[in-house]
Amino acid sequence: MTPDKIRDEVLDILRDIAPDDDITDIDDEKSFRDQIELDSMDFLDIVMELRKRHRVQIPEEDYPQLASMASTVAYLEPLMKDM
Amino acid sequence: MTATPNQQPDSERIVITGIGLTAPNGNSITEYRSALLAGKSGVSNYNIRYIGDTFAGVCDFEATRHQKKRDIRRGTRAGSVGIYCAGEAVADSGIDWDNTDTSRVGVYIGVTEHGNVETENEVHELKGYDYDTKFWSHHHNPRTVANNPAGEICLNRGITGPHYTIGAACAAGNAGLIQGAQMLRLGECDLALAGGVSESIHTFGIFAGFKSQGALATHESPEKASRPFDTNRNGIVVAEGGCIYTLERLSDAKKRDAKIYGELVGYAMNTDATDFVLPNPDRQVQCIELALKKSGLVAEQIDIVSTHATGTMQGDIQECTALRRVFGKSTNTSINNTKSFIGHAMGAAGSLELTGNLAAFEDKVAHATINVDDLDPECALPGLVINEPQEKDNVNYILNNSFGMLGINSVVIIGKY
Repeated sequence: MTPDKIRDEVLDILRDIAPDDDITDIDDEKSFRDQIELDSMDFLDIVMELRKRHRVQIPEEDYPQLASMASTVAYLEPLMKDM
Repeated sequence: MTATPNQQPDSERIVITGIGLTAPNGNSITEYRSALLAGKSGVSNYNIRYIGDTFAGVCDFEATRHQKKRDIRRGTRAGSVGIYCAGEAVADSGIDWDNTDTSRVGVYIGVTEHGNVETENEVHELKGYDYDTKFWSHHHNPRTVANNPAGEICLNRGITGPHYTIGAACAAGNAGLIQGAQMLRLGECDLALAGGVSESIHTFGIFAGFKSQGALATHESPEKASRPFDTNRNGIVVAEGGCIYTLERLSDAKKRDAKIYGELVGYAMNTDATDFVLPNPDRQVQCIELALKKSGLVAEQIDIVSTHATGTMQGDIQECTALRRVFGKSTNTSINNTKSFIGHAMGAAGSLELTGNLAAFEDKVAHATINVDDLDPECALPGLVINEPQEKDNVNYILNNSFGMLGINSVVIIGKY
């Protein structure tokens, strides 16, 4: 999966998790929480949806890597490159 | 024969000042009452996993009126039902919510059951992952804790006073109302959001349980499936819904010149202690008589009895046996049934069925029991209102029965104010 495709997948998950927010113009460099109403349980939904949809396992110590779109895509790229 | 109702100081008298509801045949008290007077059923065709095609009372309320989509996704159907009803009740009451001390608001919500829907959904999902529990949702526990529907209402409205649900089987709607009144009298809150909710149509287990028990209604037509007192009744139609009241002390309601739907003049709860499922008319009689005694009223003074009858062969006869013993000589009392319209709304049944009758204080009409094509002689109570509404000279007192499994009985009596 290319970085652009990974970004689309993450956007799709965010649309489900934050249905009241417009995420079309999300800034990839800013943290999700500064742009979207996300609490810790919502954040766990990102982890769970990646697990369910793509069987990607993210250990808890790596959760900080999912702070922004740019860092998330960078983190997922090696894990999802063969998908 | 009449008696003088018990008199209490205004600070001890509890009144209903706002109502919010969603029923299978209406999402406001006006819509709901109109449907009941017009004989309009809310039961429709319904399909649920493992059961297949059946019937249910399905609600179609605008959840986003009071709740964000994010919170609808996070929470439960019972929570959404509760939030909608609470929001509508507060709006209806005219309470200045922005200037209300929410630490003095209590939330008391009756539920028949809670957590079955959410657990079934998770297990169903988990099957797709070969029962690997790392795919089990982190939302499961907050969704299934027993206080969930009441807690979601508090989260939604910023209420910081006490909240909990009252698990009372199908007596829960009445039990929520009773609990709210008790907490107001104890001074634990100044405003109670009280009533009952049901999400039970979303759990296949409720349908399967009734079916295995031989108590799930079948019929060619959904609108005719729920038919208490009819000779050919064959069980329950499960429904979802909710009805929540704003309850206040009369002294507080007077201070803000509130609209008053009625006053809780008496109530009682007791227990059969005889069977898991089958009701006991002796205990039902005791419960009704205790409520009458607490109110200072006699049977003849009750203008409308809203029955619990669910459409099961045995249960309807048992309640009619009890009612005959208490009201058999009353020439004034009209008796009706709301489940014939909407099915059995489980935790919401008590408050929804009571509310369907409250407008009778104003319009003096007892709504009918529909779908009685062939009245069971064992249910042929004097005063039974069948198929057409009945106009009355006056309506001053309404008594609402709600009974449930494990022999839980509840009765409330509301007086015209």
